[in-house]
Amino acid sequence: MSHVKMKVNGRDVSASVEGRTLLSSYLRDLLGMTGTHVGCDTSQCGACVVLVNGQAIKSCTAFAADLDGAEVTTVEGMANPDGSLGRIQQAFQDYHGLQCGFCTPGMVMSTAALLAENPKPTEEEVRHYLEGNICRCTGYQNIVRAVMAASGQDAGALAAE
Amino acid sequence: MPKDDGIGASTKRREDVRFLTGNGRYTDDINLRGQSYVHFLRSDVAHGRINGIDTATAAAMPGVLKIFTAADFAAAGGIPCGWQVTDRFGKPMQEPKHPILADGKVRHVGDPIAAVVAETYEQARDAAEAIELDIEELEPVIDMVAALAPDAPKVHDDLASNLCYDWGFVEENREAVNAAFESAAHVVSLELTNNRLVANPMEPRVAVGDYDPWGDNHTLYTTSQTPHVIRLLMGAFVLNIPEHKLRVVAPDVGGGFGSKIYHYAEEAFCTYAAKVLKRPVKWTSSRSEAFISDAHGRDHKTKIELALDGDHNFLAIRTDTYANMGAYLSTFAPSIPTWLHGTLMAGNYKTPLIYVNVKAVFTNTVPVDAYRGAGRPEATFQLERLVDKAARELGVDPVELRRKNFIKADQFPYQTPVAVVYDTGNYDATLDKMLELADYANFDARVAESKARGKLRGFGIAHYIEACGIAPSNLVGQLGARAGLYESASVRVNATGSISVYTGSHSHGQGHETTFAQVVADMIGVDATSIEIHHGDTSNTPMGMGTYGSRSLAVGGSAIVKATNKIIDKAKKIAAHLLEAAPEDIELKDGKFSVAGTDKSVDWTGVTLAAYVPHNYPLEDLEPGLEETAFYDPSNFTYPSGAYGCEIELDPETGKIDILRFIAADDFGNIVNPMIVEGQVHGGLAQGIGQALMENCVYDDQGQLLSGSFMDYAMPRADDVRGFTVDHSCITPCTHNPLGVKGCGEAGAIGSPPAVVNAAIDALHRAGHSHISHIDMPLTPSRVWAAMNS
Repeated sequence: MSHVKMKVNGRDVSASVEGRTLLSSYLRDLLGMTGTHVGCDTSQCGACVVLVNGQAIKSCTAFAADLDGAEVTTVEGMANPDGSLGRIQQAFQDYHGLQCGFCTPGMVMSTAALLAENPKPTEEEVRHYLEGNICRCTGYQNIVRAVMAASGQDAGALAAE
Repeated sequence: MPKDDGIGASTKRREDVRFLTGNGRYTDDINLRGQSYVHFLRSDVAHGRINGIDTATAAAMPGVLKIFTAADFAAAGGIPCGWQVTDRFGKPMQEPKHPILADGKVRHVGDPIAAVVAETYEQARDAAEAIELDIEELEPVIDMVAALAPDAPKVHDDLASNLCYDWGFVEENREAVNAAFESAAHVVSLELTNNRLVANPMEPRVAVGDYDPWGDNHTLYTTSQTPHVIRLLMGAFVLNIPEHKLRVVAPDVGGGFGSKIYHYAEEAFCTYAAKVLKRPVKWTSSRSEAFISDAHGRDHKTKIELALDGDHNFLAIRTDTYANMGAYLSTFAPSIPTWLHGTLMAGNYKTPLIYVNVKAVFTNTVPVDAYRGAGRPEATFQLERLVDKAARELGVDPVELRRKNFIKADQFPYQTPVAVVYDTGNYDATLDKMLELADYANFDARVAESKARGKLRGFGIAHYIEACGIAPSNLVGQLGARAGLYESASVRVNATGSISVYTGSHSHGQGHETTFAQVVADMIGVDATSIEIHHGDTSNTPMGMGTYGSRSLAVGGSAIVKATNKIIDKAKKIAAHLLEAAPEDIELKDGKFSVAGTDKSVDWTGVTLAAYVPHNYPLEDLEPGLEETAFYDPSNFTYPSGAYGCEIELDPETGKIDILRFIAADDFGNIVNPMIVEGQVHGGLAQGIGQALMENCVYDDQGQLLSGSFMDYAMPRADDVRGFTVDHSCITPCTHNPLGVKGCGEAGAIGSPPAVVNAAIDALHRAGHSHISHIDMPLTPSRVWAAMNS
C-alpha cells in the first residue's frame, strides 16, 4: 500500500492504494466521487475520462500510484463557481445531448479537452475526437450539436451528408 | 402554442442537471456500511459436466467470507420464465430448470458456477482463481438448425430435445396459405439471418443485496427496468420472500434497451447471500462479464415467401423461422419470436392470408431475449426486405408496390389476419413525408454525382408498424403471459399544492421525470417545477410492470392521467364547497377553480390546503387529504408506424458503406415532448444502423464468444452514424388511451435495418451487380466486397 495525494477539482485529497488500484477506483471507491463512471474493462468506452494535469485520460487505465501529486478534474468540477451548469454542461442539456447519463461524464470531459485544444472544431473534428467515447442512447447527433454549441458555433448546421 | 412545460413543449430535461454534475445515483454508486463483494466464477466452456468443485484453498484465502455453489441453493427455486408458449399441437413449450448457480452441468460460456464473497472485490477475484474445477467437456450445440438433428447433443438432459416449441400462427390458416401459393401468379422468396446482438447499455449490471434482521426485511438495489417484476419473480418463485418483506430499488439506471427487464441470477444471489452473511453483498459486472451474462437479442434464421396476383396485390405470406433461445429461457424469451413477431407480419399491408412458423431452439449460448424492438425488428426486416426484392423481381417501383398494397387511411380500424386490430394510421402520409424530406425526386442526380467520383449511391425504403403499449392483461393471459401488463400510478398532492407522482414505469434515459410532469402540469394548470416524479422503488409505488416495449407513456402515462383525473374530481368537490356551488359547475383552468359564469374562484393551493386543514370542509361527504391511485389496463396495443429512407454511398474498391442521410417520418400519435421523441428516434436509428452495418455477436463452433468486448463487438461511434432527419408531423392519435399517444422508443431500431440493406442492394443493382439479391447483416466492407466479387 502506498499513500497517494492528488488535487481533485482544486481540493487536496489523499488515500492509501494498492499497486493495482486504478484512478477510477481511487476516485469512486476511496474518495466517494461517483461522478466518474466505468463502462468497460478494455479502455474502449470513455465513460471514465477525466483530466489529469489538463490531459484527457481514461481513468480506468491509469494506476493511482503513478499519479501522486497530479491535478485531476472530473465532471464534479465542471459547474460554474455558483453551482450553475458550466458552459459545456449547459450545452448538453440545451441540445438533449444525454439520455441515461452514464456516458455523460466522459463526454463532458472529452469535450472539455477537445475545446481546450481546438476551440472551434468542425463537425468532423468533433466526431473524430469523440470516437473514444461510446454512447448507446443518443445516436451522437445531439452530442455533436451540444459540442458545437459549447464552442459558440451554430449547432443547427450539421451536415446532411 | 404549448406552455413551456405543458404537453407539446420541448421542455429541457430536469434529470440532466444531476447527470451533468456527477450527482446521478446509479446502483454502483450505492455503498452500504459493512458491504462485502461477490465475484462469480463462470464457465469458460460452452457445455460440460461438473464433476467436482474444490473450494478449500480459495476459502482459506485472505478476506474470503464464504464460497457458494449450487448446493447452497438446494432450497431455492430456479430463475423463472414469465411466458409460456403453447406449440402448434396444443402442448406447452419445453421449459428447462434454470438454477442460480450451475447445478451438475454448465450450459454456456459465462454460466456461473461458484460465487466468492470477500471483504474486497480484489480478494473475491483472487480467491475465485484458486477454485479448482473438474469439468468434463461435452460437445456443444451452437448452430440452431444442427441443434434439432435427432443425434444432436442435448443442452438439457431431462428434456426430450433441444426444441423449445414449434409454433404456428395462424395455425388454422396454414392450408389456405399453402393453397394461395399454389395458385399465385408470382412467388418471391428470401432467406435471411437476423444477426445476434448484444444490447450493451453503457452501465453494466449491478446488484446490491441488503438484509435487516431488525424487521427481517430484504432490500435489493439493482440495475433494472422492472423493479416490481423483479420483486414478484424473485420473491415468489426463487427465494420465497413475500412482497411485504422485500423491497427492490432501481435507482438511476444507465440504459437498458431490454437487457435489464429480466430477473437475473446475480440479483437473487446477492439478496440471498446478504441474509446468510448478515452483511450487504455487492456485485458489479465488468463489461467482459456483461457480454457473457446479459441476455442477447435477435438471432433468427428465416425463410419468407410472398405470393402475389397478376396485378401485384399481395395474396399471402409464409415464413419459417428458427429462433435461438440460448441455454436457458430468459424472463420473456418465448414471447419474442411468437407474439411480438408473428402478430406483426401483416406490416402495413392488406395481405389477407399469413402463416408464421417458428421453431425456438436451445443452444449452448447465452440466453436470448428482447432487445430494443423485440420481435418487431425481426418481422419488419423480413417483410421489408422481401417487398423490396419483389419489386425488383417484378420490375416495379418499390414505392408504388408498397402504396398499392398499403392499408389505406380510410380502412381503420383494420383487422389483420394475424389477430391484431390496428386502430389508426396513415401510411401514405408518412411515405409522402419521407420522400419529400429525402428529396427523392432529385435522387438520380445525386447518383450521377457519386458515380462521377467513382462511388455507388443507393436509396432504401422501409415502412414499419409496431405493436406497442403492451398490453391488455386478459389478452396476454390467453397468450401465455404469467403477469398482467397494466401500469399503476399514485398522485399525492401535498398541503401547499406541490405534487408527488409515483409511477410503476421506470426511466433509464427516457426522461419520464420531465415528460410525466408535463402531463400533470398541463392537466391541472400548475407549474411543472412543483411536480416531482418518483419511480424505481417498490416501497412507494403500489405495483408496476416497468418500462419496455415503448409502453411508458401509453400505459404508465395513462395511469397517471387516470389518477390525476381522480384528483381533479375530488378537488372540484372541495372547491365547490369553498365556493358554495355545485361540483358540476366548477371549472378548472390554469390552476384555478371557478364557478362557471361567475367571477367566484379559488386557486389550486386554496383547495389543497383545505384538503389537509379541513376547517371549512364537507367532512360528512368527503375524506380529508388529496391522494389517488389508479391502475390502467390498456384495451388494445398501440400501433406507431413510419416510413424510413436511407441514402448511402458505397465504395466499390473496399465495400465500405457510408450513411449519407437517414430520414425518419414517424406517426407516434400525439407528442408530449418533441425534443425527447427526436432523441429516442436518433438512438434507435443508431442501434438499427449498427445492426445493419457493424454489430454482430459471433460464437465459434465450440461456443466461445469471439465478440466478447468492445474491441471485437463493433459499437457505433460518433463517426459511424450521422445525417438524421426526424419528422413526427404525421399524427393519427391512438383512439384508446387518454393521451392519444403511441410510443416512440423502439421505432428507430425497427425501421432502420431494412432501409439500410435495401439502400445497399439498390446501389449495387444500379451499378450492374444484379446477381446480388441479399447480403446478410452486418454489411461490413468485407461482406459487401465479397458479394460484389463472387
